[in-house]
Amino acid sequence: MIEEKHVLSILVENQPGVLSRISGLFSGRGYNIDSLCVAETTEPNVSRITIVTTGSKQIIEQIIKQLHKLINVIKVIELTGTEFVQREMALIKVKAKPEHRAEVLRMVDIFRCKIVDVGLEHYTIEITGDEDKLSAILSLLKPLGIKEIAKTGIIALSREPKIV
Amino acid sequence: MKLTGAQILMEVLKEEGVKTIFGFPGGAVIDIYDELAKTDIHHVLVRHEQGAVHAADGYARASGGVGVVLVTSGPGATNTVTGIASAYMDSIPIVVFTGQVPTQLIGNDAFQEVDIVGITRPCTKHNYLVKDTNDLARIVKEAFYIAQSGRPGPVLVDIPKNVAATRIDYKPPKKIQLKSYNPTYKPNMRQLSKAVSLIKDAKKPVIFAGGGVVLSKASKEITELAQKTKIPLTSSLMGLGAFPGTDPLWLGMIGMHGTYRANMSTGACDLLIGIGVRFDDRVTGKTDVFASQAKIIHIDIDPTSIQKNIPVTIPIVGDCKITLGQLNKLLDKEDLGNLNEKRKKWLEQIEEWKSTKPLAYVQKDIIKPQFVVEKLYELTKGKAIITTEVGQNQMWAAQYYHFDKPNHFITSGGLGVMGFGLPAAIGAQLACPKKLVVDIAGDGSIQMNIQEMATAAQCGLPVKVVILNNGYLGMVRQWQELFYKKRYSQTRIEFAPDFVKLAEAYGAVGLRATKPEEVEEVLKKGLSTPKAVIMDFVVEQEECVYPMVPAGAPITEMLLV
Ligand SMILES: Cc1ncc(C[n+]2csc(CCOP(=O)(O)OP(=O)(O)O)c2C)c(N)n1
Ligand SMILES: [Mg+2]
Repeated sequence: MIEEKHVLSILVENQPGVLSRISGLFSGRGYNIDSLCVAETTEPNVSRITIVTTGSKQIIEQIIKQLHKLINVIKVIELTGTEFVQREMALIKVKAKPEHRAEVLRMVDIFRCKIVDVGLEHYTIEITGDEDKLSAILSLLKPLGIKEIAKTGIIALSREPKIV
Repeated sequence: MKLTGAQILMEVLKEEGVKTIFGFPGGAVIDIYDELAKTDIHHVLVRHEQGAVHAADGYARASGGVGVVLVTSGPGATNTVTGIASAYMDSIPIVVFTGQVPTQLIGNDAFQEVDIVGITRPCTKHNYLVKDTNDLARIVKEAFYIAQSGRPGPVLVDIPKNVAATRIDYKPPKKIQLKSYNPTYKPNMRQLSKAVSLIKDAKKPVIFAGGGVVLSKASKEITELAQKTKIPLTSSLMGLGAFPGTDPLWLGMIGMHGTYRANMSTGACDLLIGIGVRFDDRVTGKTDVFASQAKIIHIDIDPTSIQKNIPVTIPIVGDCKITLGQLNKLLDKEDLGNLNEKRKKWLEQIEEWKSTKPLAYVQKDIIKPQFVVEKLYELTKGKAIITTEVGQNQMWAAQYYHFDKPNHFITSGGLGVMGFGLPAAIGAQLACPKKLVVDIAGDGSIQMNIQEMATAAQCGLPVKVVILNNGYLGMVRQWQELFYKKRYSQTRIEFAPDFVKLAEAYGAVGLRATKPEEVEEVLKKGLSTPKAVIMDFVVEQEECVYPMVPAGAPITEMLLV
C-alpha cells in the first residue's frame, strides 16, 4: 500500500494530559508522528495541534477515527487533499567565518530570511516557509557548516474562509 | 450546603443509583470509606483489588448496568490495571475510583503515590485526576455517563486525599454536557436501505453477532431479523447468548474454536452481516481470505471498529438496538419472496456441515471435560449464569453450554485474563441473587484469584466453581502438543492444592469426582447446596479443544477431532 504524508489539524480541549493521550495513541498503535505542533487558539480552553503523519489511506482513516474517539478531541480536520497553507519555522546556527559571511548574507537575502543573532564565528538565521523552502536553504548552507538547528514542525490552516 | 469531597462523592453515587461497590480500603481513601459507612451502599470487601474490578465487571454484565470500584492509591490502584484492561477490551461499563496522595505531594514520589491516570490512559475509555473539590461532582457524573454511553468502557477517577477531605459549598451539578463527545446512535438511512437490498439479493447470507448486541440489549431485534429473513447466525465468544443457542438457525460460535458449520458458512457465504463485532483476529483467522466470497455489512457504534481489520461493503455506524429496529422496519416493507424456497439449499448445506462434523468427544473411563459441561447444561436447563476462567475450560464452556439469553455468559474475551471467573461470578451473584451462578474454571486459572473465596464466604454468596482439573495449563499445553512437538515447557501443574480441603478452609463446600459415573451426582449435590461450593472434576489430562484453527490460518482450515 502507498504510504503518504498527511497533515492533520486537531482541535482539543485545553486540559492536562491531552497531549499525552494523543501521543500515547500514536505510539501505542504504532502510528508515525513526523512532526507535532501545539498551542492555544484564540479560545483559551481550545488548543490546536498540527500533526504530520505518514501512512496508507486505511491507516490515516483509522488515525482520524481513533483521534475522534478521544473524549477531549473536539475536531479532526484532514488538510491533505484540501486547499491549505502550511509553514514551518527554523532557527539555523550556521558557521560564518569572515570569508564566508558575504555568502551567507546573500543566501539570507535570496531566501528572504532574517539574521537574528550574530557571533564571532556564526550567524543564527530565522527562516519561515514550507518544507521545500526549508530543505533548499539547508542543503545550500550545509557545505558552510551548520552548528545547530531548531525546527518548529509544520503548522497549517485551511484556505476555506473558516472551518471551525 | 457545605459538604466534603467524600460526602459529595456519596451524593453523586446515590444519584447515579449505585447500590453495590467493590473495593478495598487504604490511607488515601480513608475519608471516603468513613462517609461510605454512613450510606446504604453495599460495600463488598474483596481480598485483592484485581478481584474488585472483575467483580464489578461481572456485576455490570449480569445486571446490564454499571459496576463500581473503590480502592486506595499506589498498590491499590496498580492492582486494578488488569481488571480495567479486561473491561476495556470487552467494552464493559465500570467506574473505578482510586485514592491519590494529596495534591501538594503529587509528583514528589510520596508514599503510595503512583500516576494511575498515566498508567491507565491506554486502557480506559477516559480517566480523570480531580484537582479541585469543586470539580468532583461534575467529573463523577461525566464518568458514569461516559462509561455507559456510546461504546461502553471503564472510566477511572483519581481522587487526591485532600480533595476528598476539603469542605466546599456544594451545588448539585446540572445535566452534563460534553461538547467533544457525541456517540452516533442512529444509523444513516441511506446506508441502511443499501443493506436492505443486499439482504434481499443474498442467496447464502450469514449474520455474525458480537458483544455489541449484548451491550445494546438488542437480542430481541437480532432474533427478529434472523427469523424474519431466515438467515443463519453465528457469534463471537462475546456474542454468545445474544441469539438463542437452541434456535435451528444457530450455527454455533465462529473463529479459532468455532464450530465447523459456523466457520464453513462464513467462508462460503455471499453476504456477511456483522453486528456489534470488531473482527478480532481470534474470529477472522487469516484476514485476506476471511469471508472472501461475501459482501459485508458492518453495524457498530464505534467507527474505529469499522474498516479496521476487514474491508466492508456497507459500513453503518449506530447503536445495534436502534439500527436493527430500523432495519427490521425497512424489511417489513419489502417482499422477501418465498424464503423457505430461497434458503433451502443454503440451509441444507449447513445442515450437512453440522451432521458430518459436529462438536464431538468420546467419553470412556476417564471424565471428559466436555462431558462435565454438557451435564452442567442439562442439570441447570441452560438457565445458569456462567462465568469462565481462561483456557480450554473457557472454550468448552462456550461450545457445550448453549446460551439462550444474553447476560448469561460472562468471560474475559478480549484480554483473556486467567483469574477472571471467580470474582466475576461474585459480581454476577450480587447482581442476580436468585440466579444460579457457576464459574467454569481450570486448575491453573482458579489459583489466580482463589482468595476471593473468602469474599464469597463473607458475603454469603452461593457461587459454584466447577474446576476442570486436567493437571495442566491446558490451552498452552495444547499448543505445545500441536505446534511444539509435545515439548511441555512449564505447563504441567506439578503441585496443586487439594481443592476440596481448600474449599473447606474458605468455609465453602468441597466435592470431587474422579469417575464419569460420579459427575452427575457431584453436580447435583453441588448445585443444590445453598453455599459456595468448589467441585473438583479430575478430567482427562491431554484432551484438546476442537475444532481448532491454527493461529493465522484461514478459519475454514480447521483441525478436527
Ligand atoms: C493472567 C494470564 N496469564 C497467562 C495466560 C496464558 N494462558 C492462557 S490459557 C492458559 C492455561 C490456563 O490453564 P487452566 O486454568 O488450567 O485452564 P485449562 O486450559 O487447563 O482449561 C494460560 C497460561 C493468561 N491467559 N492469563
Ligand atoms: Mg488446567
